[in-house]
Amino acid sequence: MIAPTARNDLILIGAFAAAVLTAPLWLAPIGAGYPDLLQKFAIYGLFAIGFNILFGFTGYLSFGHAAFLGVGSYAAVWSFKLLTMNVLPAVFFAVLVSGLFALAIGFISLRRTGIYFSILTLAFAQMSYNLAYSVLTPITNGETGLQLTTSDPRILDKMAGIDYGAALPTTDLFGTEMTGYPGFYFCAVLMIIGFVIAVRIARSPFGTMLRAIKSNQNRLNYTGINTRPYALAAFVISGMYAGLAGALLACTDPLAGAERMQWTASGEVVLMTILGGAGTLLGPVFGAGVIKYFENIFSAFNHDILMSIFDFLPGWLQGIVVTVSGLFVGEGWHLTLGALFMIIVIFLPGGLMEGVGRIAKLFRKDGGAANSSVSTAPGE
Amino acid sequence: MDAILLQILNGLDKGGAYALIALGLTLIFGTLGVVNFAHGALFMLGAFCAVSLRELLTLSMKVKDESITFFDAYKEVPYLEVWFGETGTMIIDLAVPLSILFAIPIMLLIGLAMERGLIQHFYKRTHAEQILVTFGLAIVLQEIVKAYFGANPIPQPAPEAVAGSANIGALFGLGDSVVYPWWRLVYLAFSGVVIAAVFAFLQFTTFGMVVRAGMQDRETVGLLGINIQRRFTIVFGIAAVVAGLAGVMYTPILPPDYHIGMDFLVLSFVVVVVGGMGSLGGAVAAGFLLGILQSFASMNEVKSILPGIDQIIIYLVAVVILLVRPRGLMGRKGVMEG
Repeated sequence: MIAPTARNDLILIGAFAAAVLTAPLWLAPIGAGYPDLLQKFAIYGLFAIGFNILFGFTGYLSFGHAAFLGVGSYAAVWSFKLLTMNVLPAVFFAVLVSGLFALAIGFISLRRTGIYFSILTLAFAQMSYNLAYSVLTPITNGETGLQLTTSDPRILDKMAGIDYGAALPTTDLFGTEMTGYPGFYFCAVLMIIGFVIAVRIARSPFGTMLRAIKSNQNRLNYTGINTRPYALAAFVISGMYAGLAGALLACTDPLAGAERMQWTASGEVVLMTILGGAGTLLGPVFGAGVIKYFENIFSAFNHDILMSIFDFLPGWLQGIVVTVSGLFVGEGWHLTLGALFMIIVIFLPGGLMEGVGRIAKLFRKDGGAANSSVSTAPGE
Repeated sequence: MDAILLQILNGLDKGGAYALIALGLTLIFGTLGVVNFAHGALFMLGAFCAVSLRELLTLSMKVKDESITFFDAYKEVPYLEVWFGETGTMIIDLAVPLSILFAIPIMLLIGLAMERGLIQHFYKRTHAEQILVTFGLAIVLQEIVKAYFGANPIPQPAPEAVAGSANIGALFGLGDSVVYPWWRLVYLAFSGVVIAAVFAFLQFTTFGMVVRAGMQDRETVGLLGINIQRRFTIVFGIAAVVAGLAGVMYTPILPPDYHIGMDFLVLSFVVVVVGGMGSLGGAVAAGFLLGILQSFASMNEVKSILPGIDQIIIYLVAVVILLVRPRGLMGRKGVMEG
C-alpha cells in the first residue's frame, strides 16, 4: 500500500474518478459496458463504501443495512409521486429520511456490541421488511411495490407547468432523462463524491477515532472517552450512504419493493465489502463490482453459450465440461458466488485488495520491510 | 380456553424445530467457539435425506397393468411392492421415520467431514470470517441440492397411522373443537426426546462430562492429557445429526425445498442470541418461548388490536430482551461481545 499523504490521496481520488468515468470504455471488452449494469456497479459501490465506514472502519457488523436502502428507495419514489420527477429532491429526501431512520435504529442497537449488535440490526431490518409487506401497505404498496401512476399530484411539476399527460413520466435532472448513460453518469458522480467523503473521513481525526473503536473499545472507555457518539455518527453516515444508494435505484427505475430490505440484501453488502477487502478504501467498490458482474454475466449464460465457448474441445470432453460448468452459471450462479466466497475467505481474508497487495509486493524489490510499516493504515 | 391450548400446541412444534437447531448452534459455539452459519444447511440436508430415502424406496419397475384389457398398459410399481407385497407398501409408508435411521450416519459423516475439512481451520479466525465462510458453504450446499433435486418443494407424506388429526380436546375435556394434526404432536414429542437425550448425554456420560469441562476451561482439560479436540469434533457431528433429524421430521409439516434451511437459520440465530450465546438451556427455552409467542401473535384477536404484530413479534421480543438483559436470557459475560 501507499502512504496516506495528501498528495497520494489526491492521486487516488483522481485515478478513481478517471477510472469510474471512463468505465463504459474499458468495461466494454468484458461485456459489462452497458448502462444498466454500470448503474448497478455505481449504486452498489456506493452502498458498499457506506457500509465499509461502519464495518470496515468502526468494526460493527450490521446485518440490517438493507433496511436503509429500502427506506431510501421508498422516500425517493414518494418524492417522485408527490413533488417532482427531478431526481435532486428525491436524493435529498432519501438521504434525510434514511439518516433519521439510522439515527433511531443506531441509537438503540449501539447499546450492544459484537453479535448482539448484529442481531439487533437484523431484527430491526426484518421488522421493517415484514411491516412493509403487511401493515404499512398504504405507504409501501405491499407486495406490488411502490410505483408511479399518472394520477400522482407532483406539486412542484404542476407549478412549473410540466404536464406528462397520459404517459408515465420518467425521472430527470432538469430535463435530462435518467436512463441509460446519463443515469450512469449521475450515479457515477455521486459515487465519486461518496468516495471522496469516505477518504476524507478515513484521514480525519474522526476516522482515527473510529479505528480506535475497532481495535480496542474498552481502552477508549477506560481513558474516559465516550465512544458511542462516534459509533452512532458512523452508523448514521453509513445509513445515509445506503439511503442514497436506494434513492439512485429508484432514480434509474422508479419502483420500490420491500424485498430490497430483506436480510439477504443485507448479507449481500456484507459479502461485497469482505470480498473486496473490509477497511480498505477501494475494496468495497471492487467487491460490489465483482459480485454484480457475476450476477449479471454468469446468470445470463446458458447451455448454448457454453457449448460455443468450449467448441474447441473434442466432442466427448465438450459434453462433460459443459455439464460441469453448467452447474456454475445461469440458474446456478449462486454456486459460483458461494464457492468464490469460501475461497476468498479461506485464502485471502483481507479480500481482493489483499490479493492486489500481494501481487504488487511480488513486483516491488524492497517489498517486505517497507510494506509492513505503511500498510496498516488502509489495510487494517 | 380451546383457542389458547391450540395456540400453545402450535407454538410448541414450531418452537421444537427452533430449539433443535438452536441447540446444535449453541453446542458448536460453546465447544469450538465457531459461529456456524451453515447450520441451516444441515437442517436442509437432513430434510433431503428423507427425500432421497423415499426416492430410493420408491424406485419403480414397469409392470403390466391388468386392469386395462384393451391394450398393453404398463404402470410404475415400486420394487418393494413387487418383491414384498403388503410389507413393501408398509415400508414405503414409513419412509419418514425410517429416514431417521438413514439420516443419523449420513449427517454424522457430513458433520465430521465439515469440521475436519473446513471448520477446524477457522477456530482462530474472527467471528466475521467464520460467519462468511460457513455462509459460503451454506450457499454451495444449497445450490448442489437445487441442482440435483430442483427448486420446487417436494412433499413428504406422514405415515398413514399418524396422518390425520388428533381430537385432543376430548382428552382434556374441552369439547370437540380442539383438533390437531397427529404428526405435529409426534414432532413435539420427538424434539422433546432429542433434547432430553442431548442433555442426558452431556450430563450423565463420562464423554459428556469431559465435553462440559472442556467448554468451561479447554486448556486445563487439555493439560490433563485428554484429547479434547477430538471430542469437540464429535460434538460437532452430534450437532449436525440433531439439525439433520430436526429436518427429517419436519418434512411432513413443510415440504422441503433447497432454501428451507436459510429460513430457519435466521430465526434460530435470533433464538440463540435471545437465549444467550453459549447457554444450552437458554437456547431451548428461547426456542419454545419464541415459538409460542409467535403463534399467539398470529391469533386474530391479537392481530385486531395490534395489526402486523404476528410479523414482527419474534424480532420485537429479541430487541426487548437484548436491551433489558444484555446477554440474552441465560448468557455468560464476555461471550461474543468484542
